[in-house]
Amino acid sequence: MKSSVIVFPGSNCDRDIAIALEKLQFKNSMVWHKETELPKSDLIVLPGGFSYGDYLRSGAIAAKSNILSEVVDAGKKGALVLGICNGFQILIECGLLKGALLRNSGLKFISKDIFVKVISNKNKFFNKYQSEEVLKLNIAHNEGNYFTNKEHLKELEDNDLIPIKYCNEKGEIDSNSNPNGSINNIAGIFNNNKNILGMMPHPERMSDKLLSSEDGLPLFLSLIN
Amino acid sequence: MKFEVTVTLKKDVLDPQGKVVSQTLKNIGIKNLTQVRQGKYFEIDVDEKDSSKAIDQVKEMCEKLLVNQIIEDFKIKKAG
Repeated sequence: MKSSVIVFPGSNCDRDIAIALEKLQFKNSMVWHKETELPKSDLIVLPGGFSYGDYLRSGAIAAKSNILSEVVDAGKKGALVLGICNGFQILIECGLLKGALLRNSGLKFISKDIFVKVISNKNKFFNKYQSEEVLKLNIAHNEGNYFTNKEHLKELEDNDLIPIKYCNEKGEIDSNSNPNGSINNIAGIFNNNKNILGMMPHPERMSDKLLSSEDGLPLFLSLIN
Repeated sequence: MKFEVTVTLKKDVLDPQGKVVSQTLKNIGIKNLTQVRQGKYFEIDVDEKDSSKAIDQVKEMCEKLLVNQIIEDFKIKKAG
């Protein structure tokens, strides 16, 4: 498997994700945002961080960078694209995913471990998880409050396009286990073809027992098939 | 030619910052306040003498970058 991690000024999870991928024998390239050609990749990752200092709107400037038009083309042709945290914000700003990520309802930057429930594992990214499995992952964001209109929300729910939702340790999905105010506790969404995933939690931070846990590792293992 | 662009959140989009500002204004004794919505403001200078062309350019800037039209509305006003 070949992967590309796109690096923007202000990306800060790019090396973490590269280490997680290389641990699983992905042949990874780091691609600077000014590049105009994408190396041949099975997986493209937009990492977390604060691209361009979150100026204008989180992800808005990165979405107009040189390499992004290549990423958008590849994504539309069916390449696997994963956007984590700021990467999710970029996927929304460039139009590959619908909706918006608003400021957290509590108005605070949240950096903590949270729980998510696997709602759907019938896709390329979560097939190594059990359905309804509860994962401990980490979030670190100020704008993670997912919002979309009623029609799109129905489309997401009806078509199995919400793979993970925030929950508590017992797997209960309610407003108390919702860290940022996301509509329907949404922690991540797919595009209609399920080849593009945007998620606020950081699986790469949970990919080594020495550092934390390995709850994020099956996500990358799922992609190797 | 100079323009003023205001960007505001759409009516049905929750504005937590506006809510907190509104609550704080009430806390410091401001009366008769019903709502505060927070937005963004841009001053844009375009090197174009034809005003309809200039407005079109500013509109393009809004649609392509300045505004996320899923959650935001914008207004363009000629300055001066």
